[in-house]
Amino acid sequence: MRPLSAASVTLVALLTSFMLLAQAPTPALEAKPFRIGIVTFLSGGAAGPFGVPARNGAETLVEALNAGKVPAPYATKGLGGRPIEVVYVDEAGGTTKQVLEYRDLVQRQSVDAVIGYISSGDCLAIAPVAEELKKLTIFFDCGTPRIFEDASYKYVFRTAGHAAMDNVAAALYATEKLPKLKKIAGINQNYAWGQDSWADFEASMKVLKPDATITTSQMPKLLSGQYGAEISALLGAGADVIHSSFWGGDLDALILQGGPRGLFKKSVALLTAGETATHKLGSHIPDGTIIGARGPHGTYAPDNELNKWFRGAYEDRYSLSPNYPAYHMVQAILGLKSAYEKAGKDGASEQVAAALERLEFDTPSGKIRMAIGKGHQAIEPTVYGRARTVNGKLTFTDVKQYPAEKVNPPDGVKSADWIKSGFKASM
Amino acid sequence: METVVAVLVDGVIYASWLFIMAAGLTIIYGVMRILNMAHGSLYALGAYAAATFAGAWLNGGHAPLGSYLMLGLAALAVGLVLGPVIERGLLRFTYGRDEIVLVLVTYALFLILEDLVKLVWGVESYFITEPYGLLGNVEFGTLSYPVYSAVVVLAAVAIGLGLRWGIYRTRYGKLLIAVIHDREMSAALGIDVRRVYLVTFTLGTTLAAIGGAITAPTVSVVPGMGVEVIVLAFAVIVIGGLGSMPGAALGAIIVGLVRSAAVHWAPQVELFSIYAAMAFVLAFRPRGLFVAPEARKI
Repeated sequence: MRPLSAASVTLVALLTSFMLLAQAPTPALEAKPFRIGIVTFLSGGAAGPFGVPARNGAETLVEALNAGKVPAPYATKGLGGRPIEVVYVDEAGGTTKQVLEYRDLVQRQSVDAVIGYISSGDCLAIAPVAEELKKLTIFFDCGTPRIFEDASYKYVFRTAGHAAMDNVAAALYATEKLPKLKKIAGINQNYAWGQDSWADFEASMKVLKPDATITTSQMPKLLSGQYGAEISALLGAGADVIHSSFWGGDLDALILQGGPRGLFKKSVALLTAGETATHKLGSHIPDGTIIGARGPHGTYAPDNELNKWFRGAYEDRYSLSPNYPAYHMVQAILGLKSAYEKAGKDGASEQVAAALERLEFDTPSGKIRMAIGKGHQAIEPTVYGRARTVNGKLTFTDVKQYPAEKVNPPDGVKSADWIKSGFKASM
Repeated sequence: METVVAVLVDGVIYASWLFIMAAGLTIIYGVMRILNMAHGSLYALGAYAAATFAGAWLNGGHAPLGSYLMLGLAALAVGLVLGPVIERGLLRFTYGRDEIVLVLVTYALFLILEDLVKLVWGVESYFITEPYGLLGNVEFGTLSYPVYSAVVVLAAVAIGLGLRWGIYRTRYGKLLIAVIHDREMSAALGIDVRRVYLVTFTLGTTLAAIGGAITAPTVSVVPGMGVEVIVLAFAVIVIGGLGSMPGAALGAIIVGLVRSAAVHWAPQVELFSIYAAMAFVLAFRPRGLFVAPEARKI
């Protein structure tokens, strides 16, 4: 018989040790873990500014929740004593892939709830599937108002404000802080997010400043990266303010290409999702630029105990400050925890969903209220401020917070109709 | 009038950027009949290397002007290392197979390189903004352009003229033309086709990396930045005719001007303008503007 080679011996040894390990007795679990599927961009252009900070926010919070280290009112361990287990899924790859991944999470990985989706397209595609599979699903970051305005769901929620809020507040801030404003321009990416953002901003400006004129509305393709011609057009337009909902690499490129050409000396840039760029670009952000954070997040977050704890824990762990997607993620997980504990022991999707409807809960960004979309859509205050570099460090001046009711439509009213009505409180 | 000037200037700057990308893609296709899907990844790698090299140079407190040298070195490092590694290590095993197989192989390579970028640089963005603003600006009425854009235009012209001279005026270029026309006959006459392929692929790779390195100071270098570029570069060489160098130049100018005109006069159709130009050209010249007639083999 041929003697076994050294490699075969090693392989056999390895395999047997795996088998032994697999047979080792596992300690009896005190409580069955609550499994959450978390879907966020882990690759592609949206990973750096959105997906990875959101995952980092989830990791920071879930670890602390399981250890019972989060301050009140979230001091109980895990979800009502059940440890939280997370399955992460990459959001990259398009809506078809995401629907398959969602089914896999629910049907094969047997998660108890899904938290996810940064892309509005993914949210719109997942919502009906979540309803079909009757699985509690919380959208944490995507912006499109259409989800709960065009349909109603039992198992689907969004614990962050939608995009109409960002653009209504942007228009309020611009008219207030730039009283001489006469000419408006826009540069937004040519897909749902960019088009909706511009439409809401334009409509709001028509109400708030009817005599202002639109000089140009640029709609470059998502991920174009080269904005030479657009910047020329914007320079030529000579607008007082340039509205942009750009994000990620596109936003960085616009600032880096527009700056040396003097674009931001001529016009004030109003960046509704600008906060995500401030962490990396820092002093490259031109003085006077109006920066939004899609709610009281990041640098605009209130000085409460939960925020002090979250910011500190995140910074200790990642040596970076949490940005707004990280705050959005925390809102979703804390919303789930609040609803689960309100619902009682069992934690079935149906009961937790019923408990989450119209719920109010505390977060590092203040109180979140599930007030619109039949109790499935959150409203929150939002904040704008202006960038100013002082001694090489980026600071924010003229910071103004708008109460949630002022920048969100009433329940049952579509954002576009509410804006056109002149922001009537009840219709 | 000023808008017309802006359309022309913006169009030419954009066309120059496109040409550098398209030239590498078309020369590889012309000689090797490979539609290199990984071209965009090589562009991204050039940009990442440029950000790393120039960033290290500037952080080391060296003269800012030296950062231009670093951009060039980064492009050469990527091209001269990855070109031969990919050609010798992967592509040579697939020669003689159907063009579709080669598309699949280079697509696989694109996916591998995208992950390689993520492995080395993570998903964070990188900046090296100094080279873009360093040379100052030129004013045209209300418009202001960085001198750096002129550098991009000059680089594209130099690359175009250099390639033309290399192909038509040197011995090696003549061997290249022979291989393009008939690979088997060239080999029979004693031309080392393997070496021609190696040099061509390395040249194409280096051009992609130069494109990336030149772009790096104007953008944030992020994962996925190569995807958009490959689509545009394909549009350019399809308009010009696959494998034709003058075609790539004319294709780049057409795409550059059409896009720039759309941005200035009808921004809502910008998304569609490049493909409209492509469809228009292909409707009249289905194989592109400059496809050389193929020698008939008996």
